[in-house]
Amino acid sequence: MSGGVDSSVAAALLQQQGYEVIGMMLRLWSEPGRAASNRCCTPAAMNVARRVAGQLGIPFYAVNAQERFHDVVVKYFLDGYASGQTPNPCLACNRQIRWEFLLDRALALGADYMATGHYVRLTRAPGEPVRLFEAVDTHKDQSYVLHVLNQEKLRHALFPLGEYTKPQVRQIASDLKLPAADSKESQDLCFLAGQDYREFLGRHKPELAQPGPIVNTHGEMRGEHAGLVNYTIGQRKGLGIAAAEPLYVLGKDFANGALVVGTKKELGSSELIAEKVSWLAGPAPKVPFSAEVKIRYSAKKAPAKVTPLDGEGAKVEFEQPLRDITPGQAAVFYVNGEVLGGGLIASEPFSVQKAEIFSSEAVPVA
Amino acid sequence: MPVSKPIYLDYAATTPLDARVLAAMQPYFSEDPSSPLSGSLGTSFGNPSSVHGFGQRAEAALEEARQKMSSLLNAQPEEIIFTSGGSESDNLALRGAALAAREQRGATHLLISPVEHDAVSKTAGQLAAHFGFTLETLPVDEFGMVPPQEVAKRLREDTALVSIILGNNEIGTINPISEIAAICRTRGIPLHSDAVQSGAYLHLDVQKLGVNLLSIGAHKFYGPKGVGALYVRNGTKLLPTQTGGGHEFGLRAGTPNVAYIAGMAKAFELAQSELNQRTSKLINLRDKIIDSVLVTIPDSKLTGHRHLRLANHASFVFNNVDGNALLMLLDDAGFACSSGSACKTGDPEPSEVLLALGFARDWALGSLRVTLGIQTTDEEIDSFLSALPQLVERARNLELA
Repeated sequence: MSGGVDSSVAAALLQQQGYEVIGMMLRLWSEPGRAASNRCCTPAAMNVARRVAGQLGIPFYAVNAQERFHDVVVKYFLDGYASGQTPNPCLACNRQIRWEFLLDRALALGADYMATGHYVRLTRAPGEPVRLFEAVDTHKDQSYVLHVLNQEKLRHALFPLGEYTKPQVRQIASDLKLPAADSKESQDLCFLAGQDYREFLGRHKPELAQPGPIVNTHGEMRGEHAGLVNYTIGQRKGLGIAAAEPLYVLGKDFANGALVVGTKKELGSSELIAEKVSWLAGPAPKVPFSAEVKIRYSAKKAPAKVTPLDGEGAKVEFEQPLRDITPGQAAVFYVNGEVLGGGLIASEPFSVQKAEIFSSEAVPVA
Repeated sequence: MPVSKPIYLDYAATTPLDARVLAAMQPYFSEDPSSPLSGSLGTSFGNPSSVHGFGQRAEAALEEARQKMSSLLNAQPEEIIFTSGGSESDNLALRGAALAAREQRGATHLLISPVEHDAVSKTAGQLAAHFGFTLETLPVDEFGMVPPQEVAKRLREDTALVSIILGNNEIGTINPISEIAAICRTRGIPLHSDAVQSGAYLHLDVQKLGVNLLSIGAHKFYGPKGVGALYVRNGTKLLPTQTGGGHEFGLRAGTPNVAYIAGMAKAFELAQSELNQRTSKLINLRDKIIDSVLVTIPDSKLTGHRHLRLANHASFVFNNVDGNALLMLLDDAGFACSSGSACKTGDPEPSEVLLALGFARDWALGSLRVTLGIQTTDEEIDSFLSALPQLVERARNLELA
C-alpha cells in the first residue's frame, strides 16, 4: 500500500471479496534530505496508508527496502546510463524489490497472494500457466513493467484493478470514503523527488553532463553538445546545428562522449535485438510469431515479427521503422492483449556505422 | 495467522492505563454541578493559576500531585517540574542545565553514555552542533554499563553536565548511578539520569541515587501518555527552555495538565508501592524467557546484563535475521514485540546502542525486545516461547534488507 488511491482501493476490493488482507508498504530510497518530496513512500503518504489500513481494520507493516532499492534500482539506473543504456528502473524495482523482496516477506507471513494496485489482468485455469493481460483501462495499463514476472511470482499475484478504469477506481475510493492521498499522476521516477532526471544523473554521474562533440554518421564533427544526458533518441529540437535538412539524434556513443546525429532517413530502425528475454509461460516459443511490440512504457504497440534466439534473446522485425528504439528500455511482446514476454533492447540501429566512424583518426573525440 | 487474542509483550514501549489511575484523573476534565464531588477541594477543570475557586481547586490538585511525587522520590515538592513526558524532561534537563552551566561558569563540556535514549543523545548532539558545546561519549562495557571510573577520568573543570541513563530502554541494563553520582558530586558537576524506563521497576529515591536531575514519564508505569516529570535538585541551575508564564517555578511555561498530572501521581504511587510484588513475578518470567531463548534458538545472544537489568526486560540479537521482518511475523502470529525502541517506520539502520556494545552489523540488525507487564501471564510466555524459534527461523530465510 502506498497511500494512493489505487493500492487503497485494491485492498478494499480484496477485503470485499472475502480475502484476509494485510497491508504492506515499501520504504524506498530517496536522496538524503529529499525524503519528503519523493513521489512515493513519503512520511505523509505512509500516514495516509495507515489511515486506510485503520479504516479497513487490517494490519499494516512498513517494510524497509531503502538500502536494497539503492543497490538494486538506483545503481542500475546510474550505471546503466553511464554505460550507454537508457535503463528503466521500474523494471528492476518490480523484479527485485516488489516481486521478490516484498513478496518473500508476504509469503513468510503466510500469505497466499500478494496484490498490488497495478492495472493489469491475470487469468488462471487449473493446470495452465497464469496469463498476464493488458488492463481494461488502456491508458492506465501497466503490463509493460510487469513483463518481468515469471510463473512462480504470477502464481502468487493478484491485481484487483485490472478490470476497472481509473475513474471507476476513484469512484470506489470516494464511495468508501477512503482517505487516499491525492497523488499526482506522474511517470517521473519515484526517487527523483521532483527533480528532472537529467539533473539527478548529472549530479551523480558528472561525466554524463560533460559537453562533447556532435558527429554525423560519417564521423564528421557537426557541433558541440551540452552533455549526453540532455538528449533523447529521435530528438530534433535543441541541437543548435544549422543544416540543410533537419537533423535528429540517432544515438549516443558513450565510450567517446559523442552524440550521433543524422537525417530523418537515417533515423530509426526496423529491427532490434532483445536480450535477457523472459517468457511468461516459461519456455521460449520454438517458432517466430507475429506480435505487437512496445518499446517503452508510453509507446504505442507496433506490429512486428518476433523470432526467439538462443541464449535468452529475441529478434524483433517491425513492419514500419521506429524512430526511438532505445537501448536499455524493454521490448515487450503482446498477442491479443496478452503479454508473452519481453527483454532489454540491446542492438543499436547505427552500430555498424559507428564502428566505422570512430576508427577514423580525423574525428575529434572529447 | 493469529489463533487467539494478541499477546502484548511491549510494555517498555508503553503500558495500558490502570483503571485506578483513570478514576484519579476524571475529576479534572470538567465540572458537573450535580456531582457530589462538585465544589469539593481538588475537583475542578479550572486553571490552577486562576484566582477563583475553580482555579484554587485545580491548583490544590496540582500541588497534591507534586507533594505525592516528591515524597515518593524522597525529594522536596519544589524540586518536581511537571512536563509533557520523558522526552521533554530529558530535553529540559540537558538544555536547561547545559545553558545555565555555561552562563554561570563558562562550562561547555557534555559527557554522556553511548547508550542514551535519543531524547538525550539527540539533544546533546544538537547542543554540540549548534550551540557551541563539546560532546564527549563515555565508554561502556559489553553489557552497556558505564564503569564509574571512566566518568572520573573524563570529568573536567568545564564539564557542564553528565547524563547517564538509569535502566536502558533497549538492553535493560541498569547503570551504577549512585556510584557515578558520588564521583560527580565531589567534583561539583551536575548529573542527570534518564529514569523513564525505570519508574515501574526500581525504587526511585533521588537521595540514594544522588542525581541532580531525574527524568520520568507516566505512560511507562500505567499512567497516561503526554505527562512526565523532571526532578531538579535544589541548587541545580536550569535555564527554562519553554518560556512564557511563570508556571512550574519559572522552569516550564504552559498551563499545567492537571488531570494527567493527577493521573501520573496516582500511577507512580501504585507503581512504587506495589513494586516488590510486581517485580518478583516479572523477574521469574523474564529469566524464563532468557534461559529458553538462548537454548532453543541457534545463533542467539542476550543483549545487556544478565542480572543487573530491568525486571521486565529481555532483549536479544539473532545473527543474520532481519529484525523488522521478525517483528512483522511475530505480530502476525499474535505477539506484539519490539526491536529495541518503539520505532515502527522500519528503520534499516542497526541500533547505535547495540553497535556501542560491540555487536557486528549482522547481529545488530536482528534485535528483539520482549518486555513484560503486570498483565503478563505464565501461559502467555509459554505460548510465546513455543512460537518464537520457528518464527526466527522463517525470518532468517529472508534476504536481509
